[in-house]
Amino acid sequence: MKKVQFKSSYSQYLFLAPQLGILLIFLYWPIIQTFKDAFTMQDAFGFGAKFVGFDNFLFIFDDPAYFIAFKFTIIYSFVITLITGSIGLLLAVQANNVMHGKSTYKTFLIWPYAIAPAVVGVMANYFFSERFGLLYHLFHNLWGFNWYESVFDAYIYVIIAGAWKQISANFIFFLAGLQAIQKSVIEASMIDCKNSFRRFWTITFPLLMPTTFFLIIINITYAFFDTFGIIDTTTIGAPSGETRTLVYKAYMDGFRGLDLGSAGAQSIMMMLIVLVITIFQFRYIEGKIHYN
Amino acid sequence: MTRFFTSGFSHLILFIGIFIMIAPVWMIFASSTHTSSVINMDGLQLFLGDSFYENYLRVLLYQGGFFKEITALKMFFNSFIMATGVALLSVVTSLMAAYALVYYRIKYATLLFWIIFITILVPLELRIFPTYSVMAELNLVNSYFGLIVPISASAIATLFFRQFYKTVPDEMLESAKLDGANPWRFFIDFLVPLSKTMIVAMLIFMFVFGYNQYLWPLLVTSSEQYWTVVMGLKMMSGSIVHRFAFVMMSMVPPILIIIILQKHFIKGVFQDK
Repeated sequence: MKKVQFKSSYSQYLFLAPQLGILLIFLYWPIIQTFKDAFTMQDAFGFGAKFVGFDNFLFIFDDPAYFIAFKFTIIYSFVITLITGSIGLLLAVQANNVMHGKSTYKTFLIWPYAIAPAVVGVMANYFFSERFGLLYHLFHNLWGFNWYESVFDAYIYVIIAGAWKQISANFIFFLAGLQAIQKSVIEASMIDCKNSFRRFWTITFPLLMPTTFFLIIINITYAFFDTFGIIDTTTIGAPSGETRTLVYKAYMDGFRGLDLGSAGAQSIMMMLIVLVITIFQFRYIEGKIHYN
Repeated sequence: MTRFFTSGFSHLILFIGIFIMIAPVWMIFASSTHTSSVINMDGLQLFLGDSFYENYLRVLLYQGGFFKEITALKMFFNSFIMATGVALLSVVTSLMAAYALVYYRIKYATLLFWIIFITILVPLELRIFPTYSVMAELNLVNSYFGLIVPISASAIATLFFRQFYKTVPDEMLESAKLDGANPWRFFIDFLVPLSKTMIVAMLIFMFVFGYNQYLWPLLVTSSEQYWTVVMGLKMMSGSIVHRFAFVMMSMVPPILIIIILQKHFIKGVFQDK
């Protein structure tokens, strides 16, 4: 913290009030409501809610569809992180490597970041439609691709749609990470190690660790939450619920099924997952990987 | 020679990367300039057709929706209001909150810090129905206010501003105090001008974030008057080329902003000089 500060006075609350006010009304109030929903059961006629303890949680653990969504979310975030991370890193290393046109490449690779996931999903839709989808027909000719029926093929569809835009974010952050590495370190390593491939994995990549771990968290958060718009505009869970993320399933249960208790319990489960990931980040990443 | 070879390889990889990014968007754009019968017969197109003006004008001015109350033009207007509102509201409140956290000796500083920053762990998707019922209770459904404020309830920018303030030398405040500056004057005259790069970067970030919202506008606007572009994708009817044209137009504003302002955006987020 700062050594020099203003004395505590009423004016500090004027600075804090707008954000705190918005957070309390539009964030804390709904979160409290989420907990209330999770531990109560709505009356069938909407006359009230009664406290049911952990029933809503037990109910979702009994629901095979919940584990299908859980499994998909884990696979989806893992594959998206792996694909977008490695392609983003590959492109960033090459862009950092070239003498000319670095900023032009940056411009041409940065823009997909700005496209809304829902828009990406609608676009992907056109390439995977049975009627005139290029990729649909390409894959169909290769191995009989049909995402309406095959779970594996539906996975491929939503993974391509989800990964495409996220490559940009990985590229930007890896490039910034590469440019932050001091020239002298790279020059010294060039004398010691002539093989550029080995030099990258033994010198450069370890120095990129903080960026890598930051991006892992960013990519997981993206796959968990931001992909709602993609799922909702591509497979909508096809073939039969196998490509629903946890967020998508919770929304559908709450919206279509009007089961707010279950939606609330699922939300709290996801909060726990996010909390675990965050603690992991703080413990492991902040503690062990720190090069500054 | 090796140098030439390796850099040639780099250019090749980068070209492939750019191709993967541009090709799908180009094909949708090219297809959007044809007539529907061309698409239905031959599929997606690689080259431009000659129905550009016809298709795009029709999409912009066509009265869409179930009740035929809204045009794409109005949706763009709504999206612009929403994105600007989210950007301004979240950046101004975050700038101020971060200032209080860093520059005041507050009694419950740690508690306040956690109250604000733990909210980053609970994205809107996790509290979407309760947020909706709060909005309904406050009578804010179907309003610009309802579109903007829950999206602005975010501490991400606060985190960035706090990090940035911590790098500002202590001498700034010392000398300002010697000149008799009060907290408000120091904030407005010194800190805000100093944070300009960061403010611009956060405005861009939050604008794109607001513009790209899909689920929340879908839920909070039952009246077509408040539909936004991105949620409109799900609502728009029309022939296939008109949908292509709508998709193309929907991505133009955020892409333009990122490309034109990319220097400021990158400078702010990565704090490089």
